[in-house]
Amino acid sequence: MSSNNLLHRRNTYMENELALVDWSRAQFALTALYHWLFVPLTLGLTFIVAIMETLYVKTGDIWWKNTTKFWMGLLAINFAIGLATGIIMEFEFGTNWSNYSWIVGDIFGAPLAIEGLMAFFMESTFFAIMFFGWDKVSKGMHLTSTWLVALGSNLSALWILVANGWMQHPVGMKFNPDTARNEMNNFWEVLMNPTGVSKFLHTVSSGYVLASLFVIAISAWYLLKKREIVFAKRSMIVAASFGFLTSLFLLASGDESAYNVAQKQPMKLAAMEGLYVGEGKAGIVAFGMLKPKEEILKDPHDPFYFMFEIPNALSFLGYHSLDAFVPGINDLVYGNKEHNIESVASKMQKGKLAVKALSEYKTFKKEGNTPKAEQALATFETNQHLMGYGYLKKPEDAVPNVPIVFYSFHIMVGLGSWFLFLFITILYFSMINEIENKRLLLMLSVLTLPMGYVAQEAGWIVAEAGRQPWAIQDMLPVGMATSNISTTSVQITFWLFAVLFTALLIAEIKIMLKQIKIGPEGGH
Amino acid sequence: MLDISLYSFQVYWWLLVSILGALFVFMTFVQGGQTLLYTLGKTDDERSLIIGSLGRKWELTFTALVMFGGALFAAFPLFYAVSFGGAYYVWMAILFAFIIQAVSYEYRLKPDNVYGKRFYETLLYINGSAGIFLIGVALGTLYTGGNFIVNEMHLSKWTQASYGLEALLNPFNLAFGFTLLFISRIGASLYFYNNLENKEIEPRLLKALKVNTLLFLPPFLYLLGYMLTKETYVYDPSTKIVSVVSMQLLETLLSNPILLVLLVSGIILFLYAIFSALFLHKKSAIWLYGVSTVIIVTVLLFILGIEHTIIYPSLSDMQSSLQIENASASYYTLSVMSVVSILVPIVFTYIFFVWRSMDKTKITIEEVKSDHHHY
Repeated sequence: MSSNNLLHRRNTYMENELALVDWSRAQFALTALYHWLFVPLTLGLTFIVAIMETLYVKTGDIWWKNTTKFWMGLLAINFAIGLATGIIMEFEFGTNWSNYSWIVGDIFGAPLAIEGLMAFFMESTFFAIMFFGWDKVSKGMHLTSTWLVALGSNLSALWILVANGWMQHPVGMKFNPDTARNEMNNFWEVLMNPTGVSKFLHTVSSGYVLASLFVIAISAWYLLKKREIVFAKRSMIVAASFGFLTSLFLLASGDESAYNVAQKQPMKLAAMEGLYVGEGKAGIVAFGMLKPKEEILKDPHDPFYFMFEIPNALSFLGYHSLDAFVPGINDLVYGNKEHNIESVASKMQKGKLAVKALSEYKTFKKEGNTPKAEQALATFETNQHLMGYGYLKKPEDAVPNVPIVFYSFHIMVGLGSWFLFLFITILYFSMINEIENKRLLLMLSVLTLPMGYVAQEAGWIVAEAGRQPWAIQDMLPVGMATSNISTTSVQITFWLFAVLFTALLIAEIKIMLKQIKIGPEGGH
Repeated sequence: MLDISLYSFQVYWWLLVSILGALFVFMTFVQGGQTLLYTLGKTDDERSLIIGSLGRKWELTFTALVMFGGALFAAFPLFYAVSFGGAYYVWMAILFAFIIQAVSYEYRLKPDNVYGKRFYETLLYINGSAGIFLIGVALGTLYTGGNFIVNEMHLSKWTQASYGLEALLNPFNLAFGFTLLFISRIGASLYFYNNLENKEIEPRLLKALKVNTLLFLPPFLYLLGYMLTKETYVYDPSTKIVSVVSMQLLETLLSNPILLVLLVSGIILFLYAIFSALFLHKKSAIWLYGVSTVIIVTVLLFILGIEHTIIYPSLSDMQSSLQIENASASYYTLSVMSVVSILVPIVFTYIFFVWRSMDKTKITIEEVKSDHHHY
């Protein structure tokens, strides 16, 4: 490769390598979306079984032990496929995003390694006691192990979301022109990154909500079938209480997340709301239907066929002020002097200067031309914060896919609100002991479970599709981050993953349904 | 704050990576056991006993592999980028072989598992054989090299369209693969000898131990002899220019007698562990095997990272070869992670105690069958 490889890659990225970056993204999305089908349930169900086992140890009631074992059995089925789909995620950073691994590996690698050391070992060690240690260790030791598995899986989420939060809002590092990479200089900033923290809280609480929906749906099915009545009613109360409390937390952390997005990723917020032209006192679109892109380009002031808006809410959500100006996509792309927003074209110009200066710095340094190297370095340092923009081909490339982000966001929020309503209703009818007679509510509870998975995936899509075109916000576009391999190689592995994961998912669902049919009385 | 040099941190992290790699090799007795399922278990009950015994350990092996990858990413990101992003097909094949393991234990005996028991057992066999063999091949390339170039921006490119599969044509890499395959089966035999209470399986596992030891020795002796005497890339610490030196790894051992003594005593202990199981009927031989395997593999990996030896030679451009110095994370990151690494002994301690408490009674067919959650 030539010495000005970065420049070379920029030129070829949009033309020759578009397919490579697309397939690399498709493969990562495929594996991440599959993995994400299983992780949230593990995050929440581990806590639910830990609560149930605590009730067993506190009361000595063997009934709680059997109930714990039943839910634990379902957890194991889910856990196994979660692990299977998870191992690939870590290694894909190397196999498919090798440039990324070098350019930001100095920051990104550490949370991943700490995740392995602190969380994975805890999970895998105490997992053995949790499932096989009932008669081998004391009650207290077993309960501790169950809680440690729950803690381990949630700690794992913490570290991976610290890493992911850093991609959305990179902090605690400095670019080193000699190694041509970003290097960490403040671990605490990386760990306490507000984007990472709110992401963690929002994500784990969404997992608790999904696990609650899971327990409620299965219990509701038993009640509809008029079997396992006591088991189902008691499980429902535990799950609905857990779901209600964690939904409130989910709501609060969602608000915090949106605030962070507004501050750090205004383009993502504009895409989430389909806001093309910025405005003060901006409202939130409760629901609406976007026009095609071509029509919006003609009249960006009116991008919806129809919509229902909550006035001032977006200004408040994003900036905690009812009157605040919220920039739209066009303000961010083409600039807005009144609100001091720089255009992408201007950022691209500075970014290109940074890319060129870095290349010149390397050349002059190699030649021993110190004065010129220092001059190039000074130019680089002035513009380096916008270096990522230097790799974009046109200003519009800075815009993510608006319909995908908009609809995913609204599906997530709409379903999240429905879940909260469902938990409250179930709790009410459980408390007045009428739940088994409310067949419509029970049927809705069963039907809501798939919606829980839809909401999970939608949330993930908002976070990741909304970040595009950046692998690291403003620093590294995805096209620059891929491995230098052939598109065919990635196509082959993409289809292999698609077939394998689908085959495993079919088996998982069939096994799970069978175990539910057998029920807590039937054993394995 | 202690004044520790960047180089010291790099050596420390190469040592940690070597230890993690060695622990993984020890833990591959799980994979070895999967390949011996039908050799040792002649009835459904016996096979369930074997799976039940391995089923309490497989996650630790899996975690050790993930941790090995995570530590490489964090401490030597350039190695991670170059090898994983270049030898694409080999690493992907390894990953596929591990994806299929996790579900197979859990789903094998479950009703409505769609594909049947034998399907999941085949997956376990593929994981135990192809997965481990390919990891051996990949480790072999640390000594024999890969076809990559790295530019001034530290971005890398593989120069062969076979993206790593060409490593299968190198006899040393193949010997490494076979060594790992047979050592995992030796480990499995010793683990079962210690963990199971079953008179029918015992003579079969002792026979498997004998056979696999005989199969293990030729590739192992070949790779050891070749590794120590072959021409190896080294770099000049001041100019960073790479050159070729004969018998570099042997020289490294001779100039670091502690490593030489560790390696030799590791090999003696390893052979004694097998001897003590076969002829003295010591059920505890697995522990001696474990300690000796960890010592041997740690030394053989660690010697690549010291005395300015190259940790990943480039066959396409000698000067692109990776050293611990140019492939590592920054000083700050290595120092932060070194503080975190204080947790390592704590983690090992709780793993040890959990293992002990779970294995204090031997596993029997009756126990596996009566267990509420069995594989």
